[in-house]
Amino acid sequence: MNAKKFDIKDFLINYGVILVMVVLVLFTSIKSPNFLSSGNLMNLMLNISARLVIALGIAGCVITAGCDLSAGRMIGLGGCIAGILLQRADYSGKFFPDMQPMNLFLAILVVMLITALFGAVTGFFIAFLDVPPFISTLAMMEIVYGLNLIFTNATPLGGYVESYTSLATKKILMIPELVWIAIIVAAITWFIFNMTRHGKYMYAIGANPQAAAVAGVPVKLTMVLIYAKAAAMYGLAGFMLGAKSGGASVNLGLGYEMEAIAACTIGGVSVTGGRGKVSSAIIGVCVFEFLKAALQFLGVNANAQWIALGIIIYIAISLDIRKYVAKK
Amino acid sequence: MAEFFLELKNVSKSFPGVKALDNVTLKVRPGTVHALMGENGAGKSTLMKCLFGIYKMDAGEIFIDGEKVSIDNPDEAMKKGIAMVHQELQPVLPRSVAENMYLGRFPTKNYGPLKVIDHKKMYEDTKHWLKEVGMEFDPKTPLSDLSIGQMQSIEIAKAVSHDAKVIIFDEPTSSLSEKEVDVLFRIMNDLRDRGVAMIYISHKMDEIKKISDDITIMRDGTYVGTWPADEMTTDDIIARMVGRELTNIYPERENTPGEIILECKNLSSIHDHSFQDCSFHIRKGEIVGFGGLVGAQRTELMEAIFGIRHIRSGEIFIHGNKVVTNAPRKAMNAGIGLITEDRRGNGILGCLSIKDNTGISVYDEYLKAGMMLDHPKINKTVDESIKKLSIKTPNMNEAIANLSGGNQQKVIIARWLANNPDILIMDEPTRGIDVGAKHEIYEIMVKLAQQGKAIIMISSEMAELLGMSDRIYVMCNGHIRGEITDPAEMTQEKVMSYATMF
Repeated sequence: MNAKKFDIKDFLINYGVILVMVVLVLFTSIKSPNFLSSGNLMNLMLNISARLVIALGIAGCVITAGCDLSAGRMIGLGGCIAGILLQRADYSGKFFPDMQPMNLFLAILVVMLITALFGAVTGFFIAFLDVPPFISTLAMMEIVYGLNLIFTNATPLGGYVESYTSLATKKILMIPELVWIAIIVAAITWFIFNMTRHGKYMYAIGANPQAAAVAGVPVKLTMVLIYAKAAAMYGLAGFMLGAKSGGASVNLGLGYEMEAIAACTIGGVSVTGGRGKVSSAIIGVCVFEFLKAALQFLGVNANAQWIALGIIIYIAISLDIRKYVAKK
Repeated sequence: MAEFFLELKNVSKSFPGVKALDNVTLKVRPGTVHALMGENGAGKSTLMKCLFGIYKMDAGEIFIDGEKVSIDNPDEAMKKGIAMVHQELQPVLPRSVAENMYLGRFPTKNYGPLKVIDHKKMYEDTKHWLKEVGMEFDPKTPLSDLSIGQMQSIEIAKAVSHDAKVIIFDEPTSSLSEKEVDVLFRIMNDLRDRGVAMIYISHKMDEIKKISDDITIMRDGTYVGTWPADEMTTDDIIARMVGRELTNIYPERENTPGEIILECKNLSSIHDHSFQDCSFHIRKGEIVGFGGLVGAQRTELMEAIFGIRHIRSGEIFIHGNKVVTNAPRKAMNAGIGLITEDRRGNGILGCLSIKDNTGISVYDEYLKAGMMLDHPKINKTVDESIKKLSIKTPNMNEAIANLSGGNQQKVIIARWLANNPDILIMDEPTRGIDVGAKHEIYEIMVKLAQQGKAIIMISSEMAELLGMSDRIYVMCNGHIRGEITDPAEMTQEKVMSYATMF
C-alpha cells in the first residue's frame, strides 16, 4: 500500500487552497515588506470583517443547496437605513432634518429587522411557493434595489455621528470594534450551526430535503428562517461598511453576493448542500481578501486580478468536488 | 424462418451476493405474444435487460432467427431488430412527438456545408409510423399533452419504425385505463399478424389469457417452464410462480398481540389511480405484513398515514381517538414512525454523520435551557443504539453514506427507536441488505413487538412476508384485497391470488 502517497494527495485536496494562500502571502511579504505593515493588515481585517458577516449569512443558504443573489442589494439597503438613522444632528444635508441620531445599538437592530423582513419574504417564496432560490432571491434583489432608490432618492448619504464612524478606528484589545462585531457574529453563527435544532435542521435539509421531511424536520419554516437570518446579516454588513467608509449610497455592496458565494465555496461550503462550517466561511473570505491584497501589492494589473480570482474559484471548487466524487 | 425467432439459452447472471438468473431459457415463436411471468424479483426484468444489452450476461447464448448473436448494448439490440417498451417510460416531455421518435437519429439534409435537421421529413415519417400502429397525432404535439397510453403507442411506433422483429413489453398496462389497454391490444394483434414476436411481462391474469399465446414462468431467477396459454388456468400459473420450498430462517416469535392501537377506516388517496377505500387495523405487539405486487400502492398508503401524501377521505384512529396526521410531525406526535422504502431517496441524510442521522427526529427532546442541544445526552443515545443494534462503524461521526446498506438501515431504525413510537411502519425493511444483516433486522423487529410496539411491514418478498407476519393484508391495484389471519391459510398461493385480483 502506498499510504503515504495517498496522504499527500488527500492533504492537497483538503488544504490546497490554504496552501496557495500561505505561499502567496509569504511571497508577497518578501517581495514587498509593506504587505505585513500594521496599517495594511488593519485595513485587510476591516475588509474581511464585513465580508465575513455576509459570507456567514449566505453560507446558510448555500448549505441548503441554495444561494442568495439579493445579498448585495440588501447590504445597500442596510447601509442606507443605518446612514439615515445615524446622521449628525448638525449635518446640513440631513435626510430627515428634524430627526435626532438614533442610539447605535437600536440602529443596528432596526436595520437587521428590516432586512430580515425582506429575507423572510424571499424565504416564503422559496419554501411555500417552491420558487427556486436563484429566482426568488433575484426577484428580491430587484425589489430591494428599487425600494432603496425610491426611499433615498438615489442621494448618497454622509455626515455620520462620530460614534458610528469610529467603529472602524476605535480599538478594544488592539482590535477595531468592527472586527469584534464580525467575531461575535461568527461565534453566534457557530452556536446556531452546531448547538441548535435550527442548525441541525439546516444541514439535514441540505443533505436530503425529502429525508429531512420524513424525519419530522419543519422544512418550510427552517427555510424561511435561514433566508431571514441571512438577510439580517446582510443588513448588519451594510451597517459595518457604512461605518468603515463614513457614507453610503444605493450601490453599496453591489456584487458582494457573488464574492460571498465564491468565498464560501472556496472555503469548503458545498454547493451541492449539507456541508460547510463557520470555519469554511472564514477561510474562504480570508483567502479571497488576502489574494486580492497580495495581487495589488505585487502590482498585478487591477483588471487582471479578476482573472486570478476566477481561476482560484475554478481550482477551489474542482478540488472541493474531488473530496466527495473521488470516494465513489 | 426458424421455429423460434428468438432463443435465449442457459442464461446466467450474478450480481454481488445474488444469483439473479440461473440457467434460464426463453424461446419465442414469430407472430406470437409470449407472456413472461413470475413474482417481483423472479428475474424477468434482468433477463430482458440481458437480451437488450443493458446487462452483460455471465453465461448463455442468444439466437435470432436461428443465428447466434451477441448483444453488448441497446444500440446493437435495436440494430438486430429488438425493441423495448419500458415500464417506466423515459420521454422528453416538453418536446414534440416527432422529436421523441427521432431523438438521437434525426433525419438531416445539407444546406451547402451545413447539416441541418430535416423537420419536414421528420414530421412526415412520424405521421407514417403513427398510422402504422393505428394512431393519429399531430407530430408537433408536445409529449406532455399526451396520456401515458398515448406515449406508449409512440414508443411502439418508434419500435416499429426501427423495423423491430422482437418487441418487449415490460408491464405496459400498469398505468393504462381499460380503453387504452384495448387500444394497446389492438396494436399488438396487428403486430402479431405481421409476424412480430412479442414478449409480454405482466401480472394481470385476465390480460395474459386474453393476449398471449405462450407462457414462460420464472421463479427466483430460475426457469420453471413454458406452456401454451390456453392450457393454463390462473391457479396453475400462480402455483407455478410461487411453488418454492420455504425454509424457515425467521426468529421464533413470542410476542402476543394486545388491544387495537391503530385503526384506519376507508382511506382514499387524492389520486384516483392510487389507494382507495383501505380499512385495516393493527394491535399492540403485533407484526402485520402488507403483501402485494410492486405498484399495489402499499407505500403510498403508508406514506399517507405518515402525512407525506394526501388523503381525500377516510379516518385514522389511534387508541380509539381520531387523529389527523397530515404532516410527518403530527404523525410522529401521534406515535407513528416510518422507515421508508427508498433509503437513499428519503431515508438517509447521506453526507451527515451517524449521530446527526440518528438525532434528527428527536432534537426537540434533547435540549438544555430550551434551546441548546444537549450533545452529551445525544452522544449517549447514539452510542447506546450503535451497541444495541450492532451498527458496524468506526465511530458515530462517520458519514452514513460510507456504511453498508444493512448498517444504514440500522441507523434509520436507531433514529426511530430514539423517537420511541408506538407504531413503526417498515417499508421493505430488508431491501438491498445482505443475509446476515437481514436476520439481525428480523430479530430487532421481533424484539420490538415483544416490547409491545405495533409493527407494520410492507414486504414484496414472499418468504419474509409469510415468515414474519402475525397477520397479513394483501393489496392489489390500490385496494386491500384480502386479510389472512389464520396461520394455516398463510400460503404463497393465497397471497398471490389476492395480489393479482385486479
